[in-house]
Amino acid sequence: MNDMTTLSITETPALELHGVSFTHRGQRLLGPLDLRLTGCRRTLVMGPNGAGKSLLMRLAHGLLAPSAGRVDWQGRTPRQAMVFQRPVLLKRSALANLTYALAVNGTPRPERRARAREALERFGLAALEKRPARVLSGGEQQRLALARAWLLDPEVLFLDEPTSALDPAAIKAVEDAVQEFHCRGTRILMSSHDLHQARRLADEVLFLNAGRLIEHTDAATFFTAPASKEARAFIRGELVL
Amino acid sequence: MPSDSGAFVTALNLILGLDPDLLNIVALSLQVSLTAVALATLIGLPLGAALALWRFPGHGVLVVALNALMGLPPVVAGLCVYLLLSRAGPLGELGLLFTPTAMVVAQLVLVLPIIAALARQQVEELHQEYREQLTSLGLSRLRMIPTLLWDARLGLVTVVLAGFGRASAEVGAVMIVGGNIDGVTRVMTTAIVLETSKGDLPLALGLGIVLLGLVALVNAGAYLVGETSRRKLG
Repeated sequence: MNDMTTLSITETPALELHGVSFTHRGQRLLGPLDLRLTGCRRTLVMGPNGAGKSLLMRLAHGLLAPSAGRVDWQGRTPRQAMVFQRPVLLKRSALANLTYALAVNGTPRPERRARAREALERFGLAALEKRPARVLSGGEQQRLALARAWLLDPEVLFLDEPTSALDPAAIKAVEDAVQEFHCRGTRILMSSHDLHQARRLADEVLFLNAGRLIEHTDAATFFTAPASKEARAFIRGELVL
Repeated sequence: MPSDSGAFVTALNLILGLDPDLLNIVALSLQVSLTAVALATLIGLPLGAALALWRFPGHGVLVVALNALMGLPPVVAGLCVYLLLSRAGPLGELGLLFTPTAMVVAQLVLVLPIIAALARQQVEELHQEYREQLTSLGLSRLRMIPTLLWDARLGLVTVVLAGFGRASAEVGAVMIVGGNIDGVTRVMTTAIVLETSKGDLPLALGLGIVLLGLVALVNAGAYLVGETSRRKLG
């Protein structure tokens, strides 16, 4: 665990979705879709509300089981973490929230505090370590959730609209954090319906509409010459129905 | 009325004078009820949490049964334990009938459903909120139990208090399995019944005041603990 260099050299296994669909009470909410994600790219999942962005992330992360099809990690299941739209923090101090995550992933007790403090420092939360996590501001809570994900050293990081309830300064902090994960060699899968944010962050875009995967293209192509009329309308800022 | 107010004064004298009979009864009451509540908490909290986290065939029946048992009449609980422990009963050889242990068992039967059923509700609510995050962290349901119980602790204090209220207030169960034997199994509630029927109102009233005071004290303590940690934890 201490030897970070060997960790970043081992390649993150590819994620493949084969004919994955999700049905709830007889209504198909997503798919069937096929998808392959590789490398350490930043993939932005875009689309209007109800397109199935969150569902796709939860299926990929394993929080939900697909109704049909399968989610395959090629070779082995990598270390993963997820940051939610509304951060879920435990009713304890900011520091204790982090040492908890370290305890769960098997970090020896003597190392936990120091590593947790380091993460708090990195995300600008050092002064708040004793504060109860639940009384932090929305932006601080989201940063704490990112610090927790950071400590898990994920090879793949899922972020489900992590900035949709935040003000611009807090959004900037989250985007900076995403870049830090990226620099560390983490594959990013993040949903957003903010086009500007997608332009700032994306290497490639998954565009979903009404539960279907409409496009899976490089960011440059998606923003300049989208292939589908839904994506063209979405980028022009029209209402995609 | 004058005799009543006389009884009240005598009651206060008994309490303030630390009457040894009174103290014995109070001590035994606390010992029995606190032991029963402690055991019910140890069993009931994990049991309630498990019911909140696992779904299996018969789960609904079990939850309904547990909720219904919250209203179990103490005399019925006492009767069941009596049949179990009486000389001819399955556990008769243990010779526990008319001992404080039998009273603990009877109160445990009364309190366990309350603590387990209310804990299930609290944990289930919290689990709704935490489920995705804890699953994402890689926790199995078994490992979620301590986390959920700890984070639900503010609500669970009230749950345990409800259990203590039930245990300390009931009279039917301890009367049947304890027998209200002077100096051995006589507790506050059974003594109040006896002294009232005998006409010794001062002792009955004194015990009543102590009982009320103890329950109020325990509740005030829990309220303070709850409020300070609520303010601290948000």
